[in-house]
Amino acid sequence: MVHGEIWTLKELFVYPNEYIYWSIQIVMYPFMTGLVAGAFVLSSLYHVFGIKELKEMARFALVFSFALLFAAPMPIVLHLQHPFRGINVFMTPHFTSAIAAFGIVFFAYGAIVASELWFLYRKHFVEVALPLKEKKDKGLFEWIKFLVFCSLTLGVYDLSEESLKRDEKAIKVLAGIGIPVACFLHGYAGFIFGSVKANALWMTPLMPIIFIMSAIVSGIALCMLTYIIVMEVRKIKIKSLRKPWRSVRLDSEMSQEDVKGAEISVIKITAKYLLLFMIFAITLELLDLVFRGYTAVKHWDILRTVIYQKDFTNIFLLQYTFGNLIPFVLFLIPGLTIRRAIIGLVLAMMGVFMMRWNVVIGGQAFSLTLSGYMEYIMPIVPRDWETFKEGLGGAVSIFVMPFVLFWIMARIFPVFNAEEKPAAH
Amino acid sequence: MISRRDFIKYSLQGIAVIAVPLTAIEIINPSKLFASKGAKKIRWGFLVDTEKCVGCGFCVKACQNENEIPYDINASRTWVERYVLTKDGKVLADSPKAGRDGFITGRIELGQGKYQDIKNEDIEKAFFVPKLCNQCENPPCVQVCPVGATYQTEDGVVLVDRKWCIGCGYCIMACPYGVRFFHPVYHAAEKCNFCYHRITKGLKTACVQACPFGARLIGNINDPNDEVGRIIRTERVSVLKDEFGTKPQVYYRGLSKEVR
Repeated sequence: MVHGEIWTLKELFVYPNEYIYWSIQIVMYPFMTGLVAGAFVLSSLYHVFGIKELKEMARFALVFSFALLFAAPMPIVLHLQHPFRGINVFMTPHFTSAIAAFGIVFFAYGAIVASELWFLYRKHFVEVALPLKEKKDKGLFEWIKFLVFCSLTLGVYDLSEESLKRDEKAIKVLAGIGIPVACFLHGYAGFIFGSVKANALWMTPLMPIIFIMSAIVSGIALCMLTYIIVMEVRKIKIKSLRKPWRSVRLDSEMSQEDVKGAEISVIKITAKYLLLFMIFAITLELLDLVFRGYTAVKHWDILRTVIYQKDFTNIFLLQYTFGNLIPFVLFLIPGLTIRRAIIGLVLAMMGVFMMRWNVVIGGQAFSLTLSGYMEYIMPIVPRDWETFKEGLGGAVSIFVMPFVLFWIMARIFPVFNAEEKPAAH
Repeated sequence: MISRRDFIKYSLQGIAVIAVPLTAIEIINPSKLFASKGAKKIRWGFLVDTEKCVGCGFCVKACQNENEIPYDINASRTWVERYVLTKDGKVLADSPKAGRDGFITGRIELGQGKYQDIKNEDIEKAFFVPKLCNQCENPPCVQVCPVGATYQTEDGVVLVDRKWCIGCGYCIMACPYGVRFFHPVYHAAEKCNFCYHRITKGLKTACVQACPFGARLIGNINDPNDEVGRIIRTERVSVLKDEFGTKPQVYYRGLSKEVR
């Protein structure tokens, strides 16, 4: 069987070699890089533009962006027919291709995020490593912890006022450079699609900008959502520890302040930025749609049938109504609550996912003959490795990956620093 | 002790000394020199005479045998399309099994296992169009390959290195003619290469050799004595989808506006 044949349903006149070659993993790819870019931009809003209300969110968003970064190239690796040859992109990069520079952009961006994280957490590394260094009889766990944090300090133990000030300056500069690079990383994913002249739906110079705007929406939404979940779980945990029958002794310093869940004020401020970028994204998408309809060139006939008939539910119901309009209204109604925010955020993320789906899968829903259609039947129950990785299983694995990584990373980069709490509020 | 200024100076001189012989070799590259002195370089071109094609599918079979394409897969390096225009103005087209088994009935394939029977008396016009890789002068597939596994030879044919292709599928997406697919055995991008292993030895392509009606011709279009080149220069021919700016090198005689 030819690759793609198993999940492609052809209708009317389609060339013999045409199948849905870019399946769910290529939907996941811009979705995940979008989350990376969005999370980073959110963290930079505090570091570069000094939006004080986002302080707590900024630290969190940066660590999350780093966790997402590792998951971002995984969809491509799973999608490749020869995953082990992926390294060829670095060995013989062919720079006329939009994919060739991916490695360079990706690693440049990774280096920026990693260094920013280092400057942000340098003080913490030293504070953990120093007492362990002086301790005489270290247990095995303490030895491992000592080695990890000792290496993370990179041999710099200077915590003077002056050096910490310099750290802050470095963070600001790195966050500043990071914004254009993050936008480039993602705009670049948009360019991969927008530059395919053979595809009538993809080819538009607006594609990179649309991708960036919706990326920021999804990144902010995911950060807010994870923030709420982490804070609420933390609250429940501490509350359960406080039960009188528990013998666990609580830190005497842990006041009522520490056990509160997600801050609605933080959510409200962040939601404003979410709405702002959502407006940009929708405006550009509608402009693209209106322009195509108005100019009505050769391929408009088939595009119209795909947009208004075949993919109507995906585009107008799931993407625009449930993914954009409803969250928009939910956030605009005064008196935002955490529960309402959660519903809005989940819907906004689904909206961005559906936008990626409608671009990637929708772009292959019609044939190059402009007189036939193809439908993607996503494999749910895998038959073999191929239907697993390019089906529901592969997509879910990719989506879960950053959360697992974040959980591990949060052990090294504490997202909620107790000593910073009073200062933050 | 060497000063910094001297160190930089000597380094630059050293680099210059190393670089000069290398560039000298490049300047008098013997093969390039020979090529520029000789006759005009080869440019392979293809001519399809749709008026002569009867849709027998011999070309598709011959291609599959020649190029290690498993017999029963639903993809092919070359294929034959059938166009049927009915008296009530409908345009129907299909290419079942890439036209390999010929078109022996009036049943048109509509996909999803559906067919439509067309009676002979309802047909206004019907014809066959063979398709293959256009070996474009400006190939979008070569442009988008991230590793350079697909490339254009000096004589204009676009080839794929099966051992270097990573299988990303970007070239498949970039081709406006839909000629590419993944080889089911090698899992690398696959497409017609004008039987490069044959034409470079002076043979015809498998499909040209198999065509009983002379509907397919291949030749060096830069050669003034070549039949294909002469027809392209002196007669009315057209190409497919020239709006993409790919400059295709497969020329068609008798192409109709319904052809996609």
